[in-house]
Amino acid sequence: MAAHPQPTSAMQVVLGAIQLPATFRVGFGPILAAIVLVLIVLATATAYLYVPHDPMDMNALERLKGPSETFWLGTDPYGRDLFSRVMIGGQVSLLIGIGAAIVSVFIGLMIGLVSGFFRTADAIIMRIMDALMAIPSILLAIALVALNGPSIWSVIFAITIPEIPRVVRLVRSVVLSAREEPYVEAAIALGSSMSKILWQHLMPNTLAPIIVQGTYICASAILTEAILSFLGAGVSTEIPTWGNIMAEGRMFFQIKPELIFWPGLMLSLCILSINLLGDTARDLLDPRLKKREA
Amino acid sequence: MTLMSHHFSGSILSRGRSVMAAALLAASTAIVPAGTALAQDSETITAVMHSGLRVLDPIITTAHITRNHGYMIYDVLVAQDKDFAPQPQMADFAVSDDGLTYTFTLRDGLMFHNGEPVTAADAVASLERWGKRDSGGQLIFDITASLEATDDKTVTWTLSEPFGPLLDIVSKQSAVPPFIMPASVAATSADEAITDYTGSGPFVFVEEEFEPGVSVTYAKFEDYVPREEPADWMAGGKVVNVDQVKWIAMPDAQTAINALVSGEIDYLEQTPIDLLPILEASPDVAVEVRDPLGYQTMGRMNFKHPPFDDEKIRQAALMAMSQEPILATLIGNPEYYQMCGAIFGCGTPLASETGTETLTGAGDAAGAKALLEEAGYDGTPVVLMQPTDVVTLTAQPVVAAQQLREAGFNVDMQAMDWQTLVTRRASQSAPADGGWNIFFTNWMVPEISSPLINPMVNGRGDDAWFGWPEDPALEELRAEFIAATSVDQQKEIAERIQAHVIDTVNYVPLGQYLPVQSRRTNIVDMIPAPVPVFWEVDKTE
Amino acid sequence: MFGYIIRRILAVIPVMAIVAIFVFLLLRLTPGDPAAIIAGDSATPAQLERIRESLGLSEPLHVQLVTWIGQLFRGDLGTSIISNQPVTRLIGQRIWPTLQIGTLTIILSVLIAVPLGVLAAWRHRTWVDYAVMTFSVLGFSIPVFVIGYIFIKIFAIDLRWLPVQGYSAPSENPQAFFTRAILPCLTLATIYVALIARMTRASMLEVLGEDYVRTARAKGVREHIVLFRHALRNAAVPIMTIIGTGFALLISGVVVTESVFNIPGIGRLTVDAILARDYPVIQAMILLTSAIYVFVNLLIDISYTFFDPRIRY
Repeated sequence: MAAHPQPTSAMQVVLGAIQLPATFRVGFGPILAAIVLVLIVLATATAYLYVPHDPMDMNALERLKGPSETFWLGTDPYGRDLFSRVMIGGQVSLLIGIGAAIVSVFIGLMIGLVSGFFRTADAIIMRIMDALMAIPSILLAIALVALNGPSIWSVIFAITIPEIPRVVRLVRSVVLSAREEPYVEAAIALGSSMSKILWQHLMPNTLAPIIVQGTYICASAILTEAILSFLGAGVSTEIPTWGNIMAEGRMFFQIKPELIFWPGLMLSLCILSINLLGDTARDLLDPRLKKREA
Repeated sequence: MTLMSHHFSGSILSRGRSVMAAALLAASTAIVPAGTALAQDSETITAVMHSGLRVLDPIITTAHITRNHGYMIYDVLVAQDKDFAPQPQMADFAVSDDGLTYTFTLRDGLMFHNGEPVTAADAVASLERWGKRDSGGQLIFDITASLEATDDKTVTWTLSEPFGPLLDIVSKQSAVPPFIMPASVAATSADEAITDYTGSGPFVFVEEEFEPGVSVTYAKFEDYVPREEPADWMAGGKVVNVDQVKWIAMPDAQTAINALVSGEIDYLEQTPIDLLPILEASPDVAVEVRDPLGYQTMGRMNFKHPPFDDEKIRQAALMAMSQEPILATLIGNPEYYQMCGAIFGCGTPLASETGTETLTGAGDAAGAKALLEEAGYDGTPVVLMQPTDVVTLTAQPVVAAQQLREAGFNVDMQAMDWQTLVTRRASQSAPADGGWNIFFTNWMVPEISSPLINPMVNGRGDDAWFGWPEDPALEELRAEFIAATSVDQQKEIAERIQAHVIDTVNYVPLGQYLPVQSRRTNIVDMIPAPVPVFWEVDKTE
Repeated sequence: MFGYIIRRILAVIPVMAIVAIFVFLLLRLTPGDPAAIIAGDSATPAQLERIRESLGLSEPLHVQLVTWIGQLFRGDLGTSIISNQPVTRLIGQRIWPTLQIGTLTIILSVLIAVPLGVLAAWRHRTWVDYAVMTFSVLGFSIPVFVIGYIFIKIFAIDLRWLPVQGYSAPSENPQAFFTRAILPCLTLATIYVALIARMTRASMLEVLGEDYVRTARAKGVREHIVLFRHALRNAAVPIMTIIGTGFALLISGVVVTESVFNIPGIGRLTVDAILARDYPVIQAMILLTSAIYVFVNLLIDISYTFFDPRIRY
């Protein structure tokens, strides 16, 4: 049907066409982003070694206190230490981000390979993917959390499902163009096994774009977790995340903005760095761009 | 800010001149914010209620917002004054000497919003539908010989045996009062929601403007004839002084507070205590406790499954809990909560705090540990249900879980939205298969103030409230209470019920808290009652 | 070309059918019981069962599904279980605020983002370019409710320039509508501007390198004409695509923004319905928002034929 550009594969257009200024590619920005991200990951991963309080330790008499020597960033509505919660909370937020990225990329890759290679399966799979994409992702995610209860895995699952079709489209479009390449045609003609063609010839082509896509999914999953918590469909308060710390703090925004500010700052810095690194990775990995530079 | 009254007793609202003077003063000095572009009619009160109105049938649901809606557009035969005493409202009443026949005589001038007169037949049909839903009503209908309209104005209710508290139940303001509807509406099945919203109350429901969950408008019913007595709690004359009342829902408390400060709304039914400092900065806003009884918060265990099928382990759980940290976390400011071990609520005629010293004190973690050991607790996880989307239930599960853990319980706190919780608590399955062990909720004190209406105080096993205690001794005590002939006797039995309920840990009262309302200072003369009602109140300018 | 348009429209049917069945099954698998919500705190299990029956919730799943699809074909979206109001009436009441704020946001975003993107591409590798790019990455990195609260804090609470919240119909009071719509629109626009500005810049960079632009410049055509008439027109396809794809983001943003600013739109209607398990409302709303998304993208696909002279079907 359509010639270039394919009207429906918007994500591909986006990923393919955006260029960044040179400084962002190799310069100051990505290096700073990498440093910030590494620091955040290290700080949250080792948080239990240095945080001054148990993040779940409640003290009704110390509710909503300002910063002090005991509570470096003050306390939350349960009298828990905000600093400890923000640092520990990063663990779960990052876990959700990375988990959602890995799961959706993996499932999307499988489905996309099948869809791109087998024409019979393609029509059905793509209609289902179109349908999934049409449902607003946040509504789908809330419904999924309501279905499975607000555990960490259920939140990851709820974020993953709406992301899968985007990965599938991306992988499929790469496979569709790659399978026209002479070496793939040759492999088919020589009667190589299906799994060999898929894994050795087609899959490697998809790696670069899905790594880039994976970083974006990771960033957006961390954001989505925060939004789910905000709407009352997030992880339980027993397990601090940047999202639910902010959600609990939002009622106190006017009297204690720190409850949103600190987790919000950590979250935004983290996502900012991931996005910048994703952009950098895309520029470095995208063969089309490389070709053009050469 | 004009801070009116914070305390548990005493005058709740200072009325009259001083408030008006303050309002005038405030109006002259107020900074006019951008919000006044939406200038309000001085005859319309815009109120933000505790939740959005969605269900319009006050008989089918016990939801407070729907009950409050009921009080706007319907009227009741008999209503309680602030001493919990039944007073005539639509009808005068008389009881025969043998206590078997109750006669209600409708007063003159009662009219439905469609212009039809209210007849005894309407009252009978409404009482019958109510009797199918309300637990107190069911008790009365179990022993009803006949309920009929003997003429246009007279309802005669004949019982097969005396039932002392009949008027108390018919006049109760929560959870389901017998609102009077036209007979044709009351003919709707008690399990289906009504679709015709004609009442005979002081306000008319403006159907065209109803947006479920967002806003609802009530217009003054011009043909309503109020009683001549002054308004007193839910009894007395319902004189409407404004043309319209508009309820709007604002899910975010902070948004609502800002809207009140800027004058976009006139009244806020529930104000989170932690946010009071924002209102204190505004001279145009008054903050007060409307209802001195407030709410009881409580926990209920499941009697059907381990570990709480064991009375000793339930007792250990009760010993582990302490009210103060829970209330302090939930409410913050101690002026607005009160430790109270009375299952019928402190401040009510039947209140007794027998057996709750550890609850109202610091708890007894060591005692709880010892008792757990004695009972041979094997570490069976306690599935504790925690709602994620109800602000007034955020602290109880989290703090109680901590207290139980400190006493040695293995607590599995499971977060879920409130709708999952209410569905799941109805499940009798084992906790591992979608059942539960303990959850928390809140009641308005009048809803739990007597053994006849307190939903937890019921030992009928599968027919009891969620948790399903099988407790014949409790049922005997309740029968004794119904048969009691004097108030003193009732009090004595109520005290024994209190001791029994705490001893068997039927439920755990976790104390009382006071809802705080706030209003623009030009909103005056609001009635101090558990139900926020909009008669009497006026908007001055 | 008309053949293409018809094929494209027909392709919508299976997509919407899958959405419908998927949503129906998803909801019925979700724990939660509307009967328990209607009946309130002190209902007994027997009462719940009777209410469930009167709502038709005790019927087998496939019967409920067939009933619902039959209703859909008659244009009947059903009746809210909770409020007993027809869903079409609820949507009729709630869709206007969302449509108005949504449309305003799109217009605002395009008006801000396209010039920003063009500017960044034109001043490629200067501080202007870096500033636009930094903003556009930032726009993706801050949760929309945090942006909303920051705006409220600055413009409504501290400066008192605008009202904090609420919604007023433009037909009743246009001024009140606009003062209340500014903050939600700006909040929603942040992420949308980021997205469109990025795309515009990328697309323009590509086009500005092409021969006909150089030719036009060499012929002495004035710079703004080169930029906006020659280059932008040819860069329009990906920009249009991203506006369509971003529409999904907008819907998600609307859900959150309506909660922050207390706007009685369809986003809040849907979230409330999910939390209350009001099945007919959730089904109708997800179907409706999906249909809007599909329709918008359909229009955009079709509009390519007008924007890009190279595309012929």
